[in-house]
This record gives sequence, C-alpha cells and structure tokens, in this order.
Amino acid sequence: MNSTVIKAEKLTKRYGDFVAANELTFDVRAGEIFGFLGANGAGKTTAMRMLCGLSVPSSGTASVAGYDVYKQTENIKRNIGYMSQKFSLYEDLTVMENIGFYAGIYGLTDKEIKEKSVQLVDQLGLHDSAKKLVRSLPLGWKQKLSFLVAIIHQPKIVFLDEPTSGVDPVARRQFWDLIYQAADTGITAFVTTHYMDESEYCHRVSIMVDGNIRALDSPANLKKHFSASSMDEVFQGLAREAKRKED
Amino acid sequence: MTSVELNNVTKKYDKEKVVAVDDVSLSVSKGELFGLIGPDGAGKSSIFRILTTLLLPDGGTATVEGYDVVKDYKTIRGNVGYMPGRFSLYQDLTVEENLSFFATVFGTSIEENYELIKDIYIQIEPFKKRRAGKLSGGMKQKLALSCALIHKPSILFLDEPTTGVDAVSRKEFWEMLKRLKQQGITIMVSTPYMDEATLCDRIALIQSGKILSVDTPSGIVKSYHGKLFAIKSDAMYKLMNDLRAFEHTRSCFAFGEYHHISFKERDKDYTEEVLNYLQAKGHTGVEIKSVTPAIEDCFIDMVEEKKSEA
Repeated sequence: MNSTVIKAEKLTKRYGDFVAANELTFDVRAGEIFGFLGANGAGKTTAMRMLCGLSVPSSGTASVAGYDVYKQTENIKRNIGYMSQKFSLYEDLTVMENIGFYAGIYGLTDKEIKEKSVQLVDQLGLHDSAKKLVRSLPLGWKQKLSFLVAIIHQPKIVFLDEPTSGVDPVARRQFWDLIYQAADTGITAFVTTHYMDESEYCHRVSIMVDGNIRALDSPANLKKHFSASSMDEVFQGLAREAKRKED
Repeated sequence: MTSVELNNVTKKYDKEKVVAVDDVSLSVSKGELFGLIGPDGAGKSSIFRILTTLLLPDGGTATVEGYDVVKDYKTIRGNVGYMPGRFSLYQDLTVEENLSFFATVFGTSIEENYELIKDIYIQIEPFKKRRAGKLSGGMKQKLALSCALIHKPSILFLDEPTTGVDAVSRKEFWEMLKRLKQQGITIMVSTPYMDEATLCDRIALIQSGKILSVDTPSGIVKSYHGKLFAIKSDAMYKLMNDLRAFEHTRSCFAFGEYHHISFKERDKDYTEEVLNYLQAKGHTGVEIKSVTPAIEDCFIDMVEEKKSEA
C-alpha cells in the first residue's frame, strides 16, 4: 500500500463567494478502503466530482490514478469506476445486457465481455436471473451487480457514493465483502456512507465539516484522538460544529 | 386505547405474483411511537399506503382511530398526517405557499396551528420565500413534516423520513419526534436504520412482507437466544474468512470495529477454541469478548432462522 492513487493539494471549489470545498489536502493509497464522511452539505459531492473529472477545481492541484484533474479528465474517467444509489444500472435492460453495455463502454473486447459476463453471473450466483430485467431484482442484488459492473474494467479506483442506502443488514454486509475482495486485488475504494458502523470497515476515514477536512486517520486513531467510544460519537462531535446551514 | 389496528392484511402486486404485505397483524396504541423496521422492499410503504387509504388491501381489515380504511376513508384522511418516502410537496411553490396550501386544503390556517409546528418550522422560516425544489435535503424534510402536521392530525405516518440523511440530521429529526410524542400525537415511522429502532416505544421487524417480531426494543434484544461474541484482530478481512471456516461457527459478520460471531451450540463458550484456532492461522492482536446483541443482530438472526426453516 505504498503507491498513491489520489493526491490532492489545497484542492478548492468556489461558487461565487461560497467555498464548497476549501483547500483539501490528502492522499489515498493503492488498495486502500478510504471512507469519505461528512454531513449533508459538507462538500463531499463537490470534492468527489472534482476527483472524478466532472468539475473543474477553482484552485489547488490533484491527480487521480496519475492523471491531472484539470487537463486529463478523460484519462481519469477511463481509469475509475463510479457507483451510487441514484445512478447505477438500466432497469429496462437484463442483467446480461447491463454487463455487456458497461463493458462495451469501457472498451472491453467481445471476447472479454463474454468471459466477464460469465464470471460476474457466477460470482453473484445470478444464473436464474441472467436474462431477467434488472428492475425485477431485489435492491441488494442490484447494488452488488452495479458494484461489480463499476469495476468491470479493473479500474485503479472505484468511487462509491452511499452505495448501501436502504438495503437490509445482511445485504449491506455482503456488499462490504465485495469491497474487501476488490481491495484485495488492488482496487482502491473511495466510499461515502451515512452508516457510521461502515466507517469502521475503512482503513482510513476523513471527515468533512463546512467544506474543510477536519479529521483524517484510521478509525482506531480517530476514536483515541477524540476520546470517543464509536465512530458515531466522533462524527457527531465534529459535525455539530458545523456553522454552515445545509445550504 | 388503540390507534391503529391491522388484522391479517395482505397486498399483492403484479397479477398476484408479488406478495408485498403478507398476512400482517399488529396494533399501535394511542400516543405510542411505533417503528416499522426493515429494508427496502419489506412492505413498509405498502402498509403506510393502506393505512392512509391510498391503497386498498387485497385481504384482511385495518382501522385507524377506529375508522375502517376502506369504508371510512374520508374521515381518516382528515385525521392523519402523512409524509411519504419520496418528497411530495410542490417544488414550484415556496416554503410558505406549500404550508399555506396544505393548511387551506384541511380547512385551517398556519396561524391557527402554528404552536404545533413552531419548533420545526422556525428552522426553515428564514427561507419561506424560497421554492421548495431549491431546498436542501434536511430542509425539505422539515417542510414536509410541517405540512403533515399543519391540520393537527391525531396520528402521523412517516415513511422513511431519515433515509439518505446524515447521522447528525437523523438525530435531530428523532428529537423532533420525541417532542411531538409528548404532545400526545401517535407516530408510526419506518426506517431501514436499525440503530433508530431503540428510539421507538415498540417496533415491528419486517422482511419480505412478513412481521418477524413485534416488541419493545429491549424485549427483542432479550429474546435473542444464546451467546454472541465480538472479535477483532489485526487483519479483519482474513479474520472474517477464517472465522467463517471455523467448524463451530454458526454465523459471523462484520459489526463496526468488531466481527460478531455466534456458534452452532449457541449457549456454549468457545473462547478458548477460537483463540487457539486463530493463533494457528497466524492472527495477531486478537481480542474476543461476550456482547449484548443489538437490534441489528436480532434482525439478522431472525432472517437466518427463517431461511434455515425454509
């Protein structure tokens, strides 16, 4: 876990007078599961959009998978995966069609697509549902499938934006098993979540308050530093300092 | 006094192929803060829609404040407040216009019931000229709650009010609910967050349309049978795989900082065996301790029990 896959230095985004993200400086290592926490409106989405090459920073520098967030956004997009609760699979396509579609977009060859499809369906045990519309799958399965589709091109980093919202406790844990597996193969996971127990599953966690990174360390060190018994306590303590109203 | 009663209520969709609500019976007392706890697709929203008379049950009967949800739907609609899972206010109206609209529809005015919503509304009042569509998530939630309360309902139905909301706002929201409860309003609320279950007077755990259990949160925890252990080591992912392969393990899953493990012989203490086994597997920094189950442990246990029965 020595090589750095995300490096941000004083990364800032302003909208007029409003500083949505203020001088963010941090790095994320290869194979790390990095938790990116913050209350609604703290600036997480803004930061994530800059790192994904979707929004141009106002100042500061950052590189993602070795590419510059100002000039090489297309390279960034090719080397990352992205999944969120809101944007994931096409409900009107079947499981196989979704896999084929995303694999095609990411430039896999027909032969690779075939192999990957079989492999994914095997991994999820979705044989009976491979030809069914994604709409008919339970939410837990959709999320697992959409995660595996997001990493179908073996990206260096996968961005997960509240990936587990609303699913049952068992499916939530199965989802984390997949994240661990992916991290084991060297894929870095950059995760936001509102479940504080999940922040304990991360190697390191950053907490944003009012556009600033207020804390960044392993869950164990954060708890020690803030004399808290749980990450929930750490989070509540920091997030309550927020002056900025949600908007 | 009973506020809500469901008797063998069933609801099916898609030409009867999908059973969303499966023979559900439960009752909620007046003034109670009652939680429906379960994941997406468990049937929570269907139950709310039946109780608010927006959906007809396929079987069984239900009453709200003594009125039948089919026959007396008009009376019920005047007496309940409902906050649906999806934001359902008028995005093109301002905060104040939305509130005044809902007050007028129910034949009242903002002034008449201002006391009831004051606590909540005061936080968004500075933005009352703003269109609802332009509000942040937390502010929309407060406006929706104000609109659901403005006609002074005797019972509130809140369908997943805290989904997707950050941990701090969630806490604040539950504090608001507690204050409403003190004013005597019955509240039925659903959530996928198991940690919120402990904030309710009583809860129903629900999965795949079926009720797993109805009890007080502490009653549910008490009914967990056998021992539960929390365990950690320096390599948590490997630990999980090794523990799952351990011959005496019944189930093992991640639980925050620790993994939670239960054994096939549920009352036996395997601490020593586990420590020896993990040492042989090369684990360092191992810590194991007996723990009281949380609601989430109970839920997972009930779901697994159901699966093994099937």
